[in-house]
Amino acid sequence: MMELDLSGFESCPLFPGGVVADHGENPLAAASFQLPACSDFDGFQKDAIQMTKPAKGTTTLAFVFKEGVIVAADSRATMGGYISSQSVKKIVEINPHMLGTIAGGAADCQFWHRNLGIKCRLHELANKRRISVTGASKLLANILYSYKGMGLSVGTMIAGWDEKGPGLYYVDNEGGRLKGTRFSVGSGSPYAYGVLDSGYQFNMSVEEAAELARRAIYHATFHDGASGGVASVYHVGPQGWKKLSGDDVGELHYKYYPMILTPTEQEMADTSAA
Amino acid sequence: MARYDRAITVFSPDGHLFQVEYALEAVRKGNAAVGVRGTDAIVLGVEKKSTPKLQDSRSVRKIVSLDTHIALACAGLKADARVLINRARIECQSHRLTVEDPVTVEYITRYIAGLQQKYTQSGGVRPFGLSALIVGFDPDTGVPALYQTDPSGTFSAWKANATGRNSNSMREFLEKNYKETSGQETVKLAIRALLEVVESGGKNIEIAVMTKEQGLRQLEEAEIDAIVAEIEAEKAAAEAAKKPPSKDSLV
Repeated sequence: MMELDLSGFESCPLFPGGVVADHGENPLAAASFQLPACSDFDGFQKDAIQMTKPAKGTTTLAFVFKEGVIVAADSRATMGGYISSQSVKKIVEINPHMLGTIAGGAADCQFWHRNLGIKCRLHELANKRRISVTGASKLLANILYSYKGMGLSVGTMIAGWDEKGPGLYYVDNEGGRLKGTRFSVGSGSPYAYGVLDSGYQFNMSVEEAAELARRAIYHATFHDGASGGVASVYHVGPQGWKKLSGDDVGELHYKYYPMILTPTEQEMADTSAA
Repeated sequence: MARYDRAITVFSPDGHLFQVEYALEAVRKGNAAVGVRGTDAIVLGVEKKSTPKLQDSRSVRKIVSLDTHIALACAGLKADARVLINRARIECQSHRLTVEDPVTVEYITRYIAGLQQKYTQSGGVRPFGLSALIVGFDPDTGVPALYQTDPSGTFSAWKANATGRNSNSMREFLEKNYKETSGQETVKLAIRALLEVVESGGKNIEIAVMTKEQGLRQLEEAEIDAIVAEIEAEKAAAEAAKKPPSKDSLV
């Protein structure tokens, strides 16, 4: 029977009371729990991961610019080909100065963001100052790393403004954590990157940056079936975050590409209006 | 009352934790230690008992660094100190790893004090028999800080404090003579406080200065001797000024 070596974990999050040695024969043996008995454990593990790793059907993006951080996302949730919701909140408010985005498993993201919010508040109370974006993203990354391989699906961006200025980190369920100025996460991200990267300038006003983010989300929702609904845009400045807009992407489509009616269609539209 | 000091976890009827009080007694018997906070430097001073001839004095460092910007001096059981210092050093690095920021002085003091408190509320263990003086500069604000912890696990910030043998006299001296100082003046104030209770001379005092730019710097014996000489000269001058001009002795 294979046994997993958990002696490296001082306190494994799954077993808050400490990992208990199974058989009790040798109290000095490393704590462990039993693994499934199968001939090809590595293959089994790979299959399990593939099964539990849903493609992150969404488009979220965030970027740092002169006036702070812009965070934007769509609002569609899909279960395979079925659109389960067009009004999912994919930007979560961790605290008045920090935002997180959801990509991947909604439950996982929502739970761990709320957990992160709790940890950030406790840090504030203990240390009498707000936690940095660096610190908050690292707390989340360490938690996700300790669940590595267990099927969590989280692709999140932590955006905030702390004493060092605007900060943006990408954190995922593999335990990866990247600091950066421009990120987009989800199945619609390639399309969003196209618009975002070509229109990005550090010296933009808040309105210009918001419009860039809005357009990037719109274009991603146009091409990606798993993204859609409402394009929300938030701005994080020195005073905290503020929601700037939430536009239905269908309406955005007609705003950017207004219909040019042929004469016949125009007549029909006029008569029905009359 | 003797029945209430067997195991640490037992309160006495009048609310004492005797083991903690005995630990404080151990601190009172330890070497004198003083800490003075200046505007740009913080000075730690410790009494050095005469080293045996064959001992390598460099291996007996009483003022240690916990990180590049935090230092600690203590009075009490030195072996307990070693354990506490090791745990604190690990915590300093662990903090750097988890939040990518060096510890603040308050944070590491809170950690050390928390550790000391844990050992006053556990079965089968005794409290750490030492009081620590923790100094350093906060990494973000650059503000200097001096904290003290004791065996009960309480801690507080100080402008200047003393612990160990004859700490009351040193504290009295500091209360009378403390003022905001910087650089060399802070060092002098710390040495003057120590000299109240320690035999004069560079070989009986260990002094270290913590500055933001240079971190912790241990003063050489010669340097200390020079400053002590300065202090003695100032004292002599003050005495002479106080004495009225010599009169003819009355018969």
